Amino acid sequence: MTTVTQSKAPVGNTARRQFIADTSRMACGVGLLGLGLGLYARHATALPPAAIRPPGALPEDRFSSACIRCGMCVRDCPYDILHLARPEEPMSTGTPYFIARQAPCEMCEDIPCVKACPTTALDHSLKEINKAKMGLAVVVDHETCLNFLGLRCDICYRVCPVIDKAITLDPQTNVRTGRHTLFIPVVHSEHCTGCGKCEKACPTEVAAIKVFPLYMAKGQLSSHYRLGWVEKEKAGGSLVAPEIEHRYNMPEGMKYEHGKGLSVVPPGEAAAPGAVPPAPTFKALQGNKL
Amino acid sequence: MSSVPLKPGAEAVAGKGWLLAHKWLILRRSSQVGILLLFLVGPWFGLWIVKGNLNYSYTLGVLPLTDPYLLLQSLLTFKLPETLALVGAAIIILFYLLVGGRSYCAWTCPVNLVTDISSALRRRFGLKGGAHLSRSTRFWMLGMTLVVSLLTGTIAWEMFNPVSMLHRGLIFGMGFAWMVIVAVFLFDLFVMRSGWCGHLCPVGAFYSLIGRVSVLRVQLPGRAACNDCMDCFAVCPEPQVIRPALKAINGAPALIFDAQCTNCGRCIDVCSKDVFAFGPRFTIPVSAQSIVGGTAQAVPK
Repeated sequence: MTTVTQSKAPVGNTARRQFIADTSRMACGVGLLGLGLGLYARHATALPPAAIRPPGALPEDRFSSACIRCGMCVRDCPYDILHLARPEEPMSTGTPYFIARQAPCEMCEDIPCVKACPTTALDHSLKEINKAKMGLAVVVDHETCLNFLGLRCDICYRVCPVIDKAITLDPQTNVRTGRHTLFIPVVHSEHCTGCGKCEKACPTEVAAIKVFPLYMAKGQLSSHYRLGWVEKEKAGGSLVAPEIEHRYNMPEGMKYEHGKGLSVVPPGEAAAPGAVPPAPTFKALQGNKL
Repeated sequence: MSSVPLKPGAEAVAGKGWLLAHKWLILRRSSQVGILLLFLVGPWFGLWIVKGNLNYSYTLGVLPLTDPYLLLQSLLTFKLPETLALVGAAIIILFYLLVGGRSYCAWTCPVNLVTDISSALRRRFGLKGGAHLSRSTRFWMLGMTLVVSLLTGTIAWEMFNPVSMLHRGLIFGMGFAWMVIVAVFLFDLFVMRSGWCGHLCPVGAFYSLIGRVSVLRVQLPGRAACNDCMDCFAVCPEPQVIRPALKAINGAPALIFDAQCTNCGRCIDVCSKDVFAFGPRFTIPVSAQSIVGGTAQAVPK
């Protein structure tokens, strides 16, 4: 270093150092804030199970970035069921939701909430309210559902706006009494809109049927699964041809009749149809690696 | 005469009467409260003039208004809104291009009512000093919120934004949002003068970008008459904007070009010499070419 640069260097250096120090301080301070904000923002995109979005709402991760928290949907809901999330509530602040147990969606045919939305947060291509997928009803408690207990409550089935499609009552034998029928409410995801009327109407202290956001309520089969009976119908016949006749594997010399149970085949009588040929032996089974 | 410490604006009150010395303040409060009331008569009395809130509103079924800063964050998550929201943002940008970018802060934003109380209390009780932070911090904040929006795919600033929290809280239900507002109030009162609005708020920073080229400005047609009473500096939320124009630093014209001026007009009120006035940026007053007294720096011509 020459003497000239030595005499000049400190001035320039100090200014530069000051600049670098100031910039770093700002970047670090604001960066830390940003980190906190980012983590909080990621956190708050989870939707609590009781909160149901209005009809046509995008999936949660996309909803919270499309929704601009203006509350237009809240204003245009004629039944005032929608709320905007407050800061203390565990979802994106200012986004709309309803609680089915308090006030369910009334499924207006003109869907005013979707029309009011200035963004794509509520999908404007939703024209038929029956196609809405706000959530999915689930009979969560088989122990307290009155129909499971053998009563003909049927309220969820009756109040359902998509009656006989979204909820059906499937008759099953009441094995407790042995002579009655249980009418089991079964929800069909294809038709359920998640409006929450069933949850609202459920007469038990805590609802036995509840509406959950789809991501919580719906399972999914692996993509390679095929339903045999569906495939059979599609193909117009069994995929395994020729269809194997059903076979009862009875102990030798025994027969089975519906309602009577097992009995010994009287000597001389031919073995029951279907019992021929005789059941394979244990050894044979092992040989087939069954 | 200005050495006697008086309440800022006392001279102006004595000179032109209380009403004229508070003209812009009264108009500004009317604007702030009026806008709030327009939003509130709906939920309060079922009189639906405006629906929504400052993020997006729809007036009388014809006029959409969208906060462009919020929309920008949403766009950064690759969401395109419906046409109305885009039209609303365009209207807002055009409007503030006319009346001054940060006029939003002074004339619309509800948080200004809160932080103005902090400032008033600070003056009243002589609270001085506090933490120091560069006024450019707000641009770091602005940049940070945009980056976080991009990275997390959320409208990041809406998680904390006191502006929308207060406004939405008043209209749709407050919840714990009041805690954020109290925090801002106390921060401004005890920690930093004009701390929130003048240093940190990215919403104001965004609108100040519009303010760089906006039309309506505070002019200084009477800057020659300035008697250095310092009242304008005492009341101004962004006092650094006044000096270049008032003292003709580096030959600055008699017009406040600084984008951080909020067009609150309080300097016009408190000036007993009528130095200040509103005017468009294109007509720079000529009456102020000469500077009296020894107050001015050398004015290069």
